[in-house]
Amino acid sequence: MKSCYINSIVSISAQKTFEGTFFFKEIIAHKSVTVNAIHPNYKNLINPISSRRMSTGVKMGVSAAIMSLKEANIKIPDAIITGTGMGCIEDSEKFLNAIIDNNEQYLNPTLFINSTHNTVGAQIAIALNCKGYNMTYVHGASSFPLALFDAQLLIHEKEAKTALVGGVDELGKEFIKKVIRLEKMNSEGIIVPFSEGANFFLLSSEKKINTYASLKNIDIFHKIELHNLQEKLEKFLENNQLLTSDIDAVVLGLNGDAYDSYYYQLQESIFKTIPQIQYKHLSGEFFTASGFGFWISSNLIKKQYIPDALLINSIKKSEYNNVLLYNQFKGYQHTFILLTAC
Amino acid sequence: MKKGVAITGMGIISSIGNNVEDNLNSLLNYNKRIAPLSSIESKHKGFIKVGEVSLSNKLLADHLKLTSGKIYSRTALLGGIAAKQAVEQSNIDLMSNYDTGLISATSVGGMDITENYFNISQNDDENIKWIGRHHAGDSTEKIAKLLGVSDYVSTISTACSSGANAIILGARLINSGKLDRVIVGGTDSLTKFTINGFNTLMILSDKDCAPFDYNRKGLNLGEAAAFLVLESDKLVKLEKKDTLAYIAGYGNANDAFHQTASSVDGEGAFLAMQKALINSNLQSDNIDYINLHGTATSNNDLSEGKAIKRIFGDKIPDFSSTKAYTGHTLAAAGAIEAVYSILALQNNVMFPNLNFKTPIPELQMIPITQVIKKKLKNILSNSFGFGGNCSSIIFSKS
Repeated sequence: MKSCYINSIVSISAQKTFEGTFFFKEIIAHKSVTVNAIHPNYKNLINPISSRRMSTGVKMGVSAAIMSLKEANIKIPDAIITGTGMGCIEDSEKFLNAIIDNNEQYLNPTLFINSTHNTVGAQIAIALNCKGYNMTYVHGASSFPLALFDAQLLIHEKEAKTALVGGVDELGKEFIKKVIRLEKMNSEGIIVPFSEGANFFLLSSEKKINTYASLKNIDIFHKIELHNLQEKLEKFLENNQLLTSDIDAVVLGLNGDAYDSYYYQLQESIFKTIPQIQYKHLSGEFFTASGFGFWISSNLIKKQYIPDALLINSIKKSEYNNVLLYNQFKGYQHTFILLTAC
Repeated sequence: MKKGVAITGMGIISSIGNNVEDNLNSLLNYNKRIAPLSSIESKHKGFIKVGEVSLSNKLLADHLKLTSGKIYSRTALLGGIAAKQAVEQSNIDLMSNYDTGLISATSVGGMDITENYFNISQNDDENIKWIGRHHAGDSTEKIAKLLGVSDYVSTISTACSSGANAIILGARLINSGKLDRVIVGGTDSLTKFTINGFNTLMILSDKDCAPFDYNRKGLNLGEAAAFLVLESDKLVKLEKKDTLAYIAGYGNANDAFHQTASSVDGEGAFLAMQKALINSNLQSDNIDYINLHGTATSNNDLSEGKAIKRIFGDKIPDFSSTKAYTGHTLAAAGAIEAVYSILALQNNVMFPNLNFKTPIPELQMIPITQVIKKKLKNILSNSFGFGGNCSSIIFSKS
């Protein structure tokens, strides 16, 4: 596999991650059931005329994309690849309500236009006048890893030298209430807050001075039985000429529900003696939250330390060369992402 | 010239037939099926003309031997039927013998369920569970479950080019050696959401749509699903598989012009076709027939026509849009038209562009309007979508 470098990382999240290049300046502890992202002043980033019609997710996505290119010093990438679990849920629910409330009359076409899942990818293409490869993945918690997977493949195929990759999901207003109610009906539902965010990255075939890490490999599994997890993971590492003992830190998508058992199994076995990291208590849960985990993993390799608020156990290491990111959602959509120092 | 990626199975369900054979018969016999909306409770019922699949959710679920049809969105049911047909034709026994993936494309996902349960009371604990069917990936997971695919499973949504992009991704995964076998396609059911959406955009025709006609008034929506089985050469040789056709090349580009409108000169479409030709190592004069995107909107047909002229100059091959048969099936369109392209190659026949009378003055392009027999080697299939997403695929004879 051709090397694939992470040359910029940008996060709009429920933490103050957007301004500056800090690996958390301060930590915001969340107590509510839903948490909005800390939104930057979009007027400074997007043309106000365009921005007026944009929903929260589109604004977050386009802004994170623009900043990501700026940080990597790239004007137009060869490819734009986005992932979103719920798509433009804000405008979708507005349009849906209008259909129901107004008996299918007096509808606003802009809401429909902006409800399409590829709106973020399209708006980035328009903002940059980027005519290259453009793709949108919409597969729940796999959406962001699938986008990364595609970017890595494009670079491997030499179809692209640079690929802008991002995950974005907005909280919306009504759909989320039903999701929360559903979770509460479950005795072991999701505990971390529900949130939103945009995490964008510039992947490149070329290593630069500001490169964060190398994206070694990604694997995606629709379903893994709990008793097969360790074997699948060991196989993944073996395919990358690594043993579990080569992993310096593991970044886990714990969200407090019953399916955290998948993470526990690794925490109590093969990764017992290495630093274990969680992040969803800070970012909240949303389908593309693993993008925030990817932001953390990239930062960890570049900055070589783990902020205390992320650490589950109290183990630290002097060097972080291989970092594994593992996420799943309700026992489905398992993804392994391997990052390496370079 | 390279051989490309082998196609060893295909399946389809659309308004003109519930399987491949029925679709072929309808195409050959000029049997379009565009009629006033009948199965969705809507203000537009009985008025807006659409291409509906004749089977109810109950019948689709029975066909799939599901215990309760209510668990699946219509998008998942249609997709399940088409994907199972494809797998059956490819004669696959055990999914786990080879590294197998599933890529499905959808634009509506579970919206057909959501729009019926969205305004339920917050205390309706019985019906609130349907909300989990909404996200686009859910329909794909249901298909994965029906087929028994457990590893790489992915959903693509790039509006009306989604189906083509699912096929392209599958071909790339085989070409790169990541997977041995990928089931690829698209599925979209009709929903009140999309019908009203397109209606507010004022691009729906009140008549049967007339692609590439001067007096075209817009598109008819349709619902459908189609899937292909793509397999690596290694697998085809090892298992001595019959191939239906090959994917010779593909291109994906963005128009970067407007969220819903295509650029005047069809830049995105031009780039997608150009990339597909380069990718397949073919010249424009190697293309024997084009299955157009041809939605019959004023904007698409003009823009697509201009892009075709830019690629082919004054040597434009035979071309037609099959959308007048089925309606525009959105995320399924690229997949059903892939099946039509393969059928064209297998039978050496080109399908007519129905309802065409007068060429667009700026283009003076006249599509095939009859069933015409011709030896076909390479077919170009176009799929363009909102968001400027443009994709083209070249299918070649086995």
